[in-house]
Amino acid sequence: MSAYILRRLLTTVPLLIGINLLTFVLFFVINTPEDMARMHLGQKHVTQEGMAKWTHERGYDLPLFYNDQAEGLDALRKTIFVEKSLGLFLFRFGHSDAGRDIGADIRQRMGPSLAIAVPSLIVGLLLDISLALLLVFFRLTYLEVWGAALCIFLMSISTLFYIIGGQFLVGKCLQWVPISGYESGLDAIRFIILPVLIGTFAGVGSGVRWYRTLFLEEIEKDYVRTARAKGLSETRVLMVHVLKNAMIPILTVRSMPLISKISRLSAPWFS
Amino acid sequence: MGVISLILGGCGSPPNNPYPLEEGLQNILYTSFEERPKHLDPARAYSANELEIIAQIYEPLLQYAYLQRPYQLEPLAATKLPTVTYLDQKGAVLEDNALEPTIAFSVYDLELRSDLVYQPHPAFVRKDDGAYRFHDLSPKDLEGIQRLQDFGAVASRPVTADDYLYQIKRLVHPEVHSPIAEMMADLIVGLRPLGDRLALDFEAREGKGSWFDLRPYPLEGVEVLDAHHIKIKIKGKYPQFRFWLAMPFFAPMPFEADAFYSQPELKAKNITLDWYPVGSGPYQLTENNPNRRMVLERNPSFHEDLYPRIGEPKDEALGLLKDGGQRLPLIDKVTFVLEKETIPYWSKFLQGYYDASGLASDNFDQAIQFSGVGQAELTEDLLSKGIHLDTAVTASIFYLGFNMQDPVVGGLDPSHTRLRQAISLAIDEEEFIAIFMNGRGVPAQGMLPPGIFGHLEGEAGMNPVVYDWVMGGPKRKPLAEAERLLQEAGYPHGIDPKTQQPLVLYLDTTMSGADDKPLLNWYRKQLGKIGLQLVLRTTDYNQFQQKMANGNAQLFRWGWNADYPDPENFFFLLYGDNAKASKGGENAANYKNPEFDRWFLAMRAMDDDEKRLEIIQKMQAIVRHDAPWVFGVHPKSFSLRHAWYRNYKPNLMANNGLKYLRIDAALRAERRAEWNQPIFWPLALGLFLLIALLWPAWRAYRLRMRSKAR
Repeated sequence: MSAYILRRLLTTVPLLIGINLLTFVLFFVINTPEDMARMHLGQKHVTQEGMAKWTHERGYDLPLFYNDQAEGLDALRKTIFVEKSLGLFLFRFGHSDAGRDIGADIRQRMGPSLAIAVPSLIVGLLLDISLALLLVFFRLTYLEVWGAALCIFLMSISTLFYIIGGQFLVGKCLQWVPISGYESGLDAIRFIILPVLIGTFAGVGSGVRWYRTLFLEEIEKDYVRTARAKGLSETRVLMVHVLKNAMIPILTVRSMPLISKISRLSAPWFS
Repeated sequence: MGVISLILGGCGSPPNNPYPLEEGLQNILYTSFEERPKHLDPARAYSANELEIIAQIYEPLLQYAYLQRPYQLEPLAATKLPTVTYLDQKGAVLEDNALEPTIAFSVYDLELRSDLVYQPHPAFVRKDDGAYRFHDLSPKDLEGIQRLQDFGAVASRPVTADDYLYQIKRLVHPEVHSPIAEMMADLIVGLRPLGDRLALDFEAREGKGSWFDLRPYPLEGVEVLDAHHIKIKIKGKYPQFRFWLAMPFFAPMPFEADAFYSQPELKAKNITLDWYPVGSGPYQLTENNPNRRMVLERNPSFHEDLYPRIGEPKDEALGLLKDGGQRLPLIDKVTFVLEKETIPYWSKFLQGYYDASGLASDNFDQAIQFSGVGQAELTEDLLSKGIHLDTAVTASIFYLGFNMQDPVVGGLDPSHTRLRQAISLAIDEEEFIAIFMNGRGVPAQGMLPPGIFGHLEGEAGMNPVVYDWVMGGPKRKPLAEAERLLQEAGYPHGIDPKTQQPLVLYLDTTMSGADDKPLLNWYRKQLGKIGLQLVLRTTDYNQFQQKMANGNAQLFRWGWNADYPDPENFFFLLYGDNAKASKGGENAANYKNPEFDRWFLAMRAMDDDEKRLEIIQKMQAIVRHDAPWVFGVHPKSFSLRHAWYRNYKPNLMANNGLKYLRIDAALRAERRAEWNQPIFWPLALGLFLLIALLWPAWRAYRLRMRSKAR
């Protein structure tokens, strides 16, 4: 087990280096520092000297990978790549070009984002699993057919529609909750309900169908037949044996959105 | 259901109230920001969204009178408007009416108010021995400090003339990058050498992270006579300098703040001068969380400042003078909420959770209808809510420029001029405004927008090259006239005699998105009307800038937003010595007409009198004839506000209008309660539907269980 974990961890190293290199190329080679300077210094009264000053101050006027002006190791060290890009591996995010410390900003945004992501995950998981189990329980009846059809219908609607529709219906027409915003503390509930509801609802179609497939796959297996042969009730077979075994792929897939949500926290600073 | 309504409902306030319940009846203004402002440092801030915040915090020397029109300046930190003395090369005082060439320097003499005091701030706190308590923080001192309030101690001190001097020096601080640094370095005596010296010393200094104190460096052009008296010496005669004195670039900056914020440990916590301003104005920024909201609160040490007693004649009837003589600010707190999308903002505005709103094209049709005479009016729905509409023509212009260095469209000779005139005529700006701007604009008749000295209404202010005066209004000349001009230009029906093909022109633009396509196609069609062919060269912003700087463009679209309400700020866009291609100035058309330039120099330094007006009309006539621009559009701003939002008057120059506004919080609470009654019956319906759905499931379950038992 530990060998497996170690192996998995080691394989991420080249992956991360690759991603780092790729983003570096995107942000410093394709989009040159001069472009950035122009964007940041505004539209009026921008001079060439002003842009040169800006790039120099941020160290963007260094060579990209190899500094032939420097001696020894510094030839590699005094480059944009080493100074700006490698620090990310040490969680040293540095300052954004607008002068804000990125690490501090990520910490600040983490709270509200997790306040929505975690409940969405839990509620969505519970609802999707229960509904999928029900469908499996009623397999080969008209309930399953119509249930699956409904899932496909819900799946076919774009997430954007759920968001705008939810805001319109719940926020604007029924006026139950604020349309947008956030407060800390207990009051946060009022702001979280709608996004969690929308998130759950938007995912229910695909979620239920996906879990149903997993359960159906499980239910064909030998151990289920054995369990049935032992005289266990259908409910028990489903709730205990099938559910437990199907949880492995479910949790693997379901934790992905949470991770992508965290990585998205930092995204605005790269734009 | 009861439980849910209890959770949502709180105590009496509508459940969709996005603000803390205790704020219900408080004197708070709610507005939003779309994007976090990049800079709140008064030496750097230049964008509208930055000024919207810092203009409430920092007090420059002068300000625009809130109610008076045309725009005029009044003292703010100064006791009166500056007295200007002209000096010759040797420093001898000249008469006020001295001729411009003899004037080598102008000295602005400013007396300052003595009752200005900074907001309470940790940077001013001293220990018993007189040293500053928070200027030398160790990592241990900073434990538990995340925000400025966490320091637990604040102090204050009066504003002195030295603080203005310090700020002027900061304009050329090598690390500050003030957008007006280059401009002021050419203007204020001694500022350029100071900037060069600072740049050298800054590179060479020891201890890179520490404070770079500007106090020991002398600045020749600024003289501090005593704590409340300062003289600023500029080169030549430049009366527009007074307008710059009304911008936050000329606000006081205490050196204590600069020293305090220079500590690297604070930068790592995002506590910087760029995020936590220190001013003497009506408000202080008490919360700055650009990821959620920013809060301005009344500055407890704000000096006496009164609501104006006089305004324009119509202001009395509009109720704008009711608060005359009241002490400012009238609102205790202003909350800026992060709102990235326009749809939620609009919905919350209609629910009463935002006090005022602009108009996006998404909700334009919902809010505005045009009456029979083409007048914009609010829809019934909005009128019944007591919403008001304010419109104002902005002090800006969008135009289509010709590169005057271009061999095809440039040149001041008659045939090239005819070509440009024909194009000016063919591009139907009225149609543009109707299609792309929802009618929110007026066609430009020359370089000057309404509200700027020199702009004339009526026939006298019409562009006779493009319009005829018909039935009391300007009417675009028929296309036949454009055809005739084109013929005279040597392109009959748009055909280039050299190639026997339609003449091809190139428009350089940065617009490339799907949304811009209709607009670009529209331009193509306009030129197509007179047989010309338009080719679009889309580039990214940088390449576009590069092309403009090299003078390689042919046609381009650009705009200008006035820095200050003076015709000079528009005419300089076509002044020959400001040419973009050769001099790096703002004259992107590279237009150079010696006659225009001569009048420009004469007009620039004049006071607003009859003679100046006359010269301005001559200049307008020249550019209308030469047509280096297709004078496009002056956009109109539309803004909506609720009945409880009082004392608002669109002022396109002043950014510090917040202190004059008044909120009737009681009326707002009443309306919010009325407009936001939650509808709970669908909840019951939903519950019923759920049961109805569960019923067949239950039946099937029973059936299956029984079948198993068999």
